[in-house]
Amino acid sequence: MSETPNAQADSAPEGDSPIFSAQKSGQSSEYKPRVAAFLCNWCSYTASDLAGTARIHYSPNVRIIRVMCSGRVDPTFVLKSFALGADGVLIAGCHPGDCHYIDQNYKTMRRYTMLRYFVEQMGIEPDRLRLVWASAAEGQYLADSITGFVEDLKKLGPLNWKANWEENGERAKALEDIVHEHAEAMEVQP
Amino acid sequence: MSETKKGKLALYWAASCGGCEIAVLAINEKILDVAALFDIVFWPVAVDAKVRDVEKMPDASIDVCLFNGGIRTSEQEYMAQLLRRKSKVLVAFGSCAHEGCIPGLANGNNRRQIFDTAYRETPSTENPENIEPQPKSQVAEGTLHLPVFYNTVRTLNQTVPVDYYLPGCPPEADRIWDAITAIVEAKLPPPGSVIGADTTVCQECPRKRNEKKIKKFYRTWEIIPDEETCLLEQGILCCGIATRAGCGARCPGVNSPCIGCYGANEGAQDFGARLMTALASVIDSDDPQEIDRIIREGIPDPVGSFYRFSLAASQLRRRRLPV
Repeated sequence: MSETPNAQADSAPEGDSPIFSAQKSGQSSEYKPRVAAFLCNWCSYTASDLAGTARIHYSPNVRIIRVMCSGRVDPTFVLKSFALGADGVLIAGCHPGDCHYIDQNYKTMRRYTMLRYFVEQMGIEPDRLRLVWASAAEGQYLADSITGFVEDLKKLGPLNWKANWEENGERAKALEDIVHEHAEAMEVQP
Repeated sequence: MSETKKGKLALYWAASCGGCEIAVLAINEKILDVAALFDIVFWPVAVDAKVRDVEKMPDASIDVCLFNGGIRTSEQEYMAQLLRRKSKVLVAFGSCAHEGCIPGLANGNNRRQIFDTAYRETPSTENPENIEPQPKSQVAEGTLHLPVFYNTVRTLNQTVPVDYYLPGCPPEADRIWDAITAIVEAKLPPPGSVIGADTTVCQECPRKRNEKKIKKFYRTWEIIPDEETCLLEQGILCCGIATRAGCGARCPGVNSPCIGCYGANEGAQDFGARLMTALASVIDSDDPQEIDRIIREGIPDPVGSFYRFSLAASQLRRRRLPV
């Protein structure tokens, strides 16, 4: 028996998660998309390593998280990234047929299709989610994919998901009102 | 708790259907044992005690509060805070308090859209003056107050700290009795726990399971399922694979798919995401176009299918608000 999801969701201080805290709103007027990128250990993470050693430039907006396989990317990770402040989520893995774990990247392909369909109904543009196949030799391709994704996200604008949960500041005022109404109606001291 | 000094019990409802209130009585004659062990100090459905009585109680003077319903209005939030303050142990009772349940599905809309539907657009509504609830209205005798209706339904633990969770829509009588017994005998699990099983409905389901490969999802009215084989194997979207056990697999037992009312299993942070993970794994295709077609044709309402009981508790909590 462990804690239930979101138990501390609202008691956490307002603002961004540490992983996305590099850019605070108001710091700069220019919108810099924040991207969570899940890269598989065997192909795509190695591709990003290659891009690094080859001094290939790509957008710094991306926060790379290494996973053993793109099939390890639980849809929870993607949705949690959006909820914590990501503007886009990139999943990269081995080409179909080349998976280190035989066929898990086909599951990624299906989950990705299902997630795009789901987030669209939630009002998130499906293009905020991207799946890239990049082998260990495709450092340049991965770098170009990241830069291209960030460019596309700039066109979509910020997501700022947590703003959807706020009640335009109505909650605090409404609660204060109730305390006074009760005091009036029920002769209870607030 | 000795017999000389009875405990104090409170029950409250917020955004819920009232089914949880009835579920309390489903423990049948054992309700007399509850009455022998506890004084019921507040239960708007059954006992004549007022909010002002609760407000005058000392803090932490109620031993156990069973709170059902999600938080949809300012009054419900006020009551959640009040009962949290007055109670030693606060239990989120039932799916609404735990995960938002059916009222939480309204998080696919906002207040404006809900009011438009409820007070204007339904065929049975006649409202030529466009009257809708206002937090304050002025009448000759003074100001009348109504609670503020929020855009988003929250779960109880998104509003106040919760000690225990009792899942289910509604919780099964046996599980309720388990919880009451645990409280009385002081054998409660660590605070923050869900009181219930830590496995899935599949564990309790007697159907035969083989390897799953799905070429097409069927909606329940499109197919008469075979009564012995796993429903998911037959292409019916059964949520049992992601849902916490505790109900005895009642729905699959009567040839109807699990719809997930017991919520996410132990350790899962997002019910629908876990369901998507599992469903995507069993689709029998490696072609992106065909995968997309199978999903779109078989699951016309992904949010309602994956999060029927848990949208408010999901990572995203609600649909994006219109800008």
